[in-house]
Amino acid sequence: MTGIANIRDLLTRNIRTSGIYIAFVLIIVLFSVLTNGLLLSSRNLTSLVLQFSYILILAIGMVIIIIGGHIDLSVGSVVALTGAIAAVVVVRNGMPWWVGVLAALGTGLLVGAWQGFWVAYVGIPAFIVTLAGMLLFRGLTLQVLNNVSLSPFPSEYTSIATGFFNGLLGGYGYDTFTLVIFAIGVLGFAYNAWRTRRARIAYNQTVEAPALFVLKIVVIAAVVMWFAWNLATYRGLPAVLIILAVLVMAYTLVTKHSVFGRHVYAIGGNLAAAQLSGVRVKRVNFWMFVNMGFLASVAGIVFSARSSAAQPGAGNMFELDAIAACFIGGAAVTGGIGTVTGAMVGGLIMAVMSNGMSLMGVDQSTQQIVKGVVLLLAVAFDVWNKKRAAATR
Amino acid sequence: MADSAPTDILEMRGITKTFPGVKALQDVNLTVRRGEIHAICGENGAGKSTLMKVLSGVYPFGSYEGDIVLDGETAQFGTINDSEARGVVIIHQELALVPYLSIAENIFLGNERRRTGGAIDWNKTNAEASALLARVGLSESPTTPISALGVGKQQLVEIAKAISKDVRLLILDEPTAALNDNDSEHLLGLLRQFKEQGITSIMISHKLAEIAEIADRTTIIRDGRSIETFDMATAGESSEAVQNRIIRGMVGRDLDNRYPDRESHPGEEVLRVEDWTVYHPTQPGRVVVENASLNVRAGEVVGIAGLMGAGRTELAMSLFGRSYGRDISGKAYLHGKEIDVHSVPAAIRSGIAYVSEDRKQYGLNLIEDIRRNISAAGLGKLAKNGFVDENEELKVAEEYRASMNIRTPNVLTEVGKLSGGNQQKVVLSKWLYTAPEVLILDEPTRGIDVGAKYEIYTIINELVAAGKAVLVISSELPELLGICDRIYTLAFGRITGEVDVPSATQEGLMALMTQETQETKA
Repeated sequence: MTGIANIRDLLTRNIRTSGIYIAFVLIIVLFSVLTNGLLLSSRNLTSLVLQFSYILILAIGMVIIIIGGHIDLSVGSVVALTGAIAAVVVVRNGMPWWVGVLAALGTGLLVGAWQGFWVAYVGIPAFIVTLAGMLLFRGLTLQVLNNVSLSPFPSEYTSIATGFFNGLLGGYGYDTFTLVIFAIGVLGFAYNAWRTRRARIAYNQTVEAPALFVLKIVVIAAVVMWFAWNLATYRGLPAVLIILAVLVMAYTLVTKHSVFGRHVYAIGGNLAAAQLSGVRVKRVNFWMFVNMGFLASVAGIVFSARSSAAQPGAGNMFELDAIAACFIGGAAVTGGIGTVTGAMVGGLIMAVMSNGMSLMGVDQSTQQIVKGVVLLLAVAFDVWNKKRAAATR
Repeated sequence: MADSAPTDILEMRGITKTFPGVKALQDVNLTVRRGEIHAICGENGAGKSTLMKVLSGVYPFGSYEGDIVLDGETAQFGTINDSEARGVVIIHQELALVPYLSIAENIFLGNERRRTGGAIDWNKTNAEASALLARVGLSESPTTPISALGVGKQQLVEIAKAISKDVRLLILDEPTAALNDNDSEHLLGLLRQFKEQGITSIMISHKLAEIAEIADRTTIIRDGRSIETFDMATAGESSEAVQNRIIRGMVGRDLDNRYPDRESHPGEEVLRVEDWTVYHPTQPGRVVVENASLNVRAGEVVGIAGLMGAGRTELAMSLFGRSYGRDISGKAYLHGKEIDVHSVPAAIRSGIAYVSEDRKQYGLNLIEDIRRNISAAGLGKLAKNGFVDENEELKVAEEYRASMNIRTPNVLTEVGKLSGGNQQKVVLSKWLYTAPEVLILDEPTRGIDVGAKYEIYTIINELVAAGKAVLVISSELPELLGICDRIYTLAFGRITGEVDVPSATQEGLMALMTQETQETKA
């Protein structure tokens, strides 16, 4: 039967997913006020994107691992190792920048295959395999770098993380190209949302009321275009934002619409049922980790490009930020639940909090305490929510 | 025995226990005399285990209606500790021992022998354990880890643990189900010994010969009600006669019109299984299914009848892509051609579908919606280049919702929120979408209400009318007699009979289902 859901229904039904967006908005408002608007300045928004891009890239892979019911503690070390390999190729041996990129990506895939083998085919819990990996790959990084930083990378390499597209289509004090790209994105999003809605109606499924649907699209479009305007009036479109956007879109597609993505959710939701439904559990687990290795190497390239150096201590504790982003973004500790978008919002919540507190001059120790409490509350909310759902069953 | 003590150690009066949607026990009465061995018999799901859980405080006072009178006093057990304090100890069907701890540690787990100050007194622990082991006839050192013992000896350790708690009423749930004949014999001897020492025992068992041999009285539970209690001495002349008396009690229910009519027109043979043998996955050398051979024809519903532990589910799951067991041997043929069932995807490709016994654990992803549960096993049919055609998926789900009559506002509802009957329809839809030749249905109507059962039977009838072959495993004999054309009986891993339904009776089936191997009969 066709049904039109009202706002309250939507909110209560999707409290797990909508809660996170509400929290995100509140946190942005809170820190804008606390920093006298500094948080939302063009300059700060740009640096926020650059500064947290690699955590967001890691969170994409991590959320898939977590949906599958695993965890990966090694990504920080893999970021360091892949950056180090790129530096050895490019800085020490003077090879072209793209050879370094390929070497780093290859390393990431190998690392992923190694961990995937132990988790999927030997059956060792991912916690142990990746804890070992954390030590192993950190040690390898130190050996590859002989315990010292390698720098500087050539400018072609560093522009991966620090480059901007600006002035391609001209503009007076603002970059038209940036605005055009964002406008295309917004239109694509609106078209896609409309198509989904139409298909749902065609198949007699519940949809939001038309006014609510339009309002939702308009609000999202306004926020995105406002963000684009801020980028355009500062330095233009950061290259890394394009990488991130492509990854988010590609992985949203994979998690939501591909057979592989479905199998990941099935394994995390009920391993025994997935197995008995003909899901090749070992194979899926293996590729989950290969994919995580790949994304960790992308993050490693972006991070080393941003600091123009490969450091032995690079990526330390990144795994925890990435994991926290997933859980704040609504992924379930027991697996089977989570989205790429949610993990991105979770990562951005962490980013806005760190950045906002830094702008306010709050010291590192307090920042850590606040982030710890937020993570705890986010998971507590998840647990509470699950109990509530079980009670109504 | 003191004169003041009443002759009845236990009286359970009017026990009613309700689970959401199901009345598991209804006005059950049970009286156990001091010092007797009291057997409780009934089909799977009749409510025997539930009754024992009420008695031992697993289901606390207040969660059931009725009275438990122990030694003439009303007992209100809030936890299992309360009942143990009164000398009521239950030994569950699944052994509850920690494999990595020693025998002595397991015996005193939660009840540790301590020195003053709190540290564990190991000398006392091991010495007392040795004494207890001697009482149950075990000569193992108390420091031996449990994992080094076979199932039979583990069962004896459980009993040693029970008597360490000054047990007066010992409850054994299927104590010999996993034991071989020697171990069973030893255990029964032990129960007789306890009887002489004044310990009362309640024993649940499917091995009727054992009951005929050892019990003083038997209570029959059927469909959650206590039917009768009789003295074994007056129940029959021979062991056979006593067993027949029990069987009559267990199955004596009327067959009314709970099954939709169907005309049977079996066609060509679809599935044939030959010499199928399966070993237990973790206990090397234990045969779970032995040389089973069976066949199913197109348009035919074939039943597999067997009691708990007979190897029904194990047979089905091992056939379905080796999902159970190890060292599986035997051959499977579909339309006369040997098929590959070495993995679940291979079995599905070959045209086999298996609807599992426990749909919540093995059948459904409860946190996912109906649509994605229905497509889970046939996702390949919906995929192009690795991506799922979601519009088609939605359409498929809608079609099954309509044709299976899944009662839900829409197919985006979480499966965990549906009733048991509707959940079962989702599982059936999932497997029908894979377009199988053979459907194996394991307890297809367990835990669902009468109306939904009728709908499931109707679906089964439609399937066979469309020429599918259906294999049904069920604990409910009336159900098998109501929907099947032919029934195989399984006992202790072996197929003990093949019966055409028109000539079958519940008594006849039950006799085949409890038929033990030739050696023990002697």
